[in-house]
Amino acid sequence: MRYLTARKRAEGKGAAHTGTRHHWSMTLSAVGLAFMVPAWLFVFGRTLGQGREAVLETFSHPFPAILTALVLVIGMRHFAMGATTMIEDYLRGTSKKLAIIFAVSLAWMVGAVGIFALLKIAL
Amino acid sequence: MAEMKRVERPLSPHLQIYRWQVPMLTSILTRITGHALVAGVLLAVWWLLAAATSDAYFATANAVATSWFGDLVFTGSLWAVWYHYLAGLRHLYYDAGKGMDIPTAEKLGWACLIGSVVLTVITILLVQ
Repeated sequence: MRYLTARKRAEGKGAAHTGTRHHWSMTLSAVGLAFMVPAWLFVFGRTLGQGREAVLETFSHPFPAILTALVLVIGMRHFAMGATTMIEDYLRGTSKKLAIIFAVSLAWMVGAVGIFALLKIAL
Repeated sequence: MAEMKRVERPLSPHLQIYRWQVPMLTSILTRITGHALVAGVLLAVWWLLAAATSDAYFATANAVATSWFGDLVFTGSLWAVWYHYLAGLRHLYYDAGKGMDIPTAEKLGWACLIGSVVLTVITILLVQ
């Protein structure tokens, strides 16, 4: 009988030694987003097209505000890690590094701007 | 010295070499939709920031977000998010070691393609 799980046996393997963690992180964020995204699409779709008062009213409630924050932060993290994988597939050397820095920075920037807007609306 | 050791490794995946088929098309679409989604997120976050800022700023951002351009970005993003969603579920199914034989993989690919369009239409009808 093997006491180690499949994931534990895979950890640390491969050229970068971090592939297993990367894969597990993407799995976690994917499952989280799978639960949140349909609800968020409904909230956002219903709010888009309304006047500013109605938009502020919607996002000052806890459920839409917290849901939007979670979708943004986890979604942007999922994006940054996926973009890193894609860039590693297609680019090499300095251009690879610059592209990864750009993608990760963009993800954090979008998350920060969204959280700032939500805080300003909700508080 | 480091330069001398560099080996010219092939970059994956080799899109221009293989004949197109459903599992390949649906795989690359997962990557394309995932990255294209950043356009919809940028527009949505800008619109939210404008709502948080002032009436004048919101008027500008809302005009863009509800214009034909905004409709195009958000409708495209809606299909992209549903496609990426179904393809992601397919990945979780693959990760469990299931559905990897070719007939099943092709059926799942068609399910992603058709299902994403159906879910997009349902969402538009629900939020209108």
